[in-house]
Amino acid sequence: MPGVTKDIQVTDGKAESKALSHGRGSGLSWSLADGVIELALHREPCNELGSASLEELEKFATALEGMQAKAHALVIHSAMKPGFCAGADLRELYQRSQAMEKAEAVKGVREFLERIHRVLNLIDAAPLTTIAAVHGVTFGGGFELALACDLIIADKMARFCFPELRLGLIPGFGGIPRLKRDLGNAVVRDLLLTGRSINATKAQQIGLVSQVVGEGEALRAARATAAQLGKFDRATAAAAKKFIKPIPQEELRREIDIFCELFARPAVQAGLRKFVESTDAQPYLP
Amino acid sequence: MNTAEQTLDEILGLAAAHFRVPREKLRPDDDFFKTLGIDSLQTLDLLTKLENHFRVELPDYELQGVSDFRTLAGKIQARL
Repeated sequence: MPGVTKDIQVTDGKAESKALSHGRGSGLSWSLADGVIELALHREPCNELGSASLEELEKFATALEGMQAKAHALVIHSAMKPGFCAGADLRELYQRSQAMEKAEAVKGVREFLERIHRVLNLIDAAPLTTIAAVHGVTFGGGFELALACDLIIADKMARFCFPELRLGLIPGFGGIPRLKRDLGNAVVRDLLLTGRSINATKAQQIGLVSQVVGEGEALRAARATAAQLGKFDRATAAAAKKFIKPIPQEELRREIDIFCELFARPAVQAGLRKFVESTDAQPYLP
Repeated sequence: MNTAEQTLDEILGLAAAHFRVPREKLRPDDDFFKTLGIDSLQTLDLLTKLENHFRVELPDYELQGVSDFRTLAGKIQARL
């Protein structure tokens, strides 16, 4: 997506530095203040993750590496009313794959997945405490972005879902290995194999969400939590995180392989077409 | 425990309040997509509101094909 990189506005005037304390793209923006990095997602309609979002996330990841020595926390949130993130941009995925030979499309999907895995692995392993402040739709790739964070703070209207099976796919942004790492195989099977969505209360009951707050309060609660984290020694917090939160590298690699194997099947194109062309009032329901 | 009629009445009240529609405009057999003018994402909002209010879990696949308040109330009543 040419032009996206140029759209990132570096507002601290030090373009040559990795330590970009402020940045703004068409679909996200970030800032660092008082040791807390805030990443706001703001792509219409609900922060769908496509090539433009990925390029901007990569820019953010580069900036994060430069900022993390000056930060103790990262808060990721959405400025979009419908929710945190509705997942991968299925329309773009369908349209791009239609314009290519199958082998080329699968290659493109693998490259996309490897790039987004690099970003999410970096967030997952960042030596600062990461918080996803979520509301509304937190589906598919959006759920997977939240799972890369250390803590999830949810508005009581948040819903979580892995809808990928309806397309003949599995989640591809690292969601299965991370959910299995954090909660166990039974929870993964429930959400993955039924495709059902769960609300914030249920998500807290199963240990996914650390705090449930009132409508519109997730960011405020995340900021309060981030301020609390600043009272602790940064190196100790980083050591504790590294000890308790290993990155499931082998399973993450295997997930990409399985996704690409499944993506090559005709059923996936049919599923994507059905979703893209759907006039059903409930296309999100499994 | 609520009777089926109480559950239905509470659903109509919640939907009216959440989507800012006069309560008297909502009838049990209305197609809520049309009456409320809501899309799929807003339907999920309604589902979450109802789950939180009635303290139930309603798997969203059970809502496939459900478009009127009375049937929706029956699905919730079965889980109370």
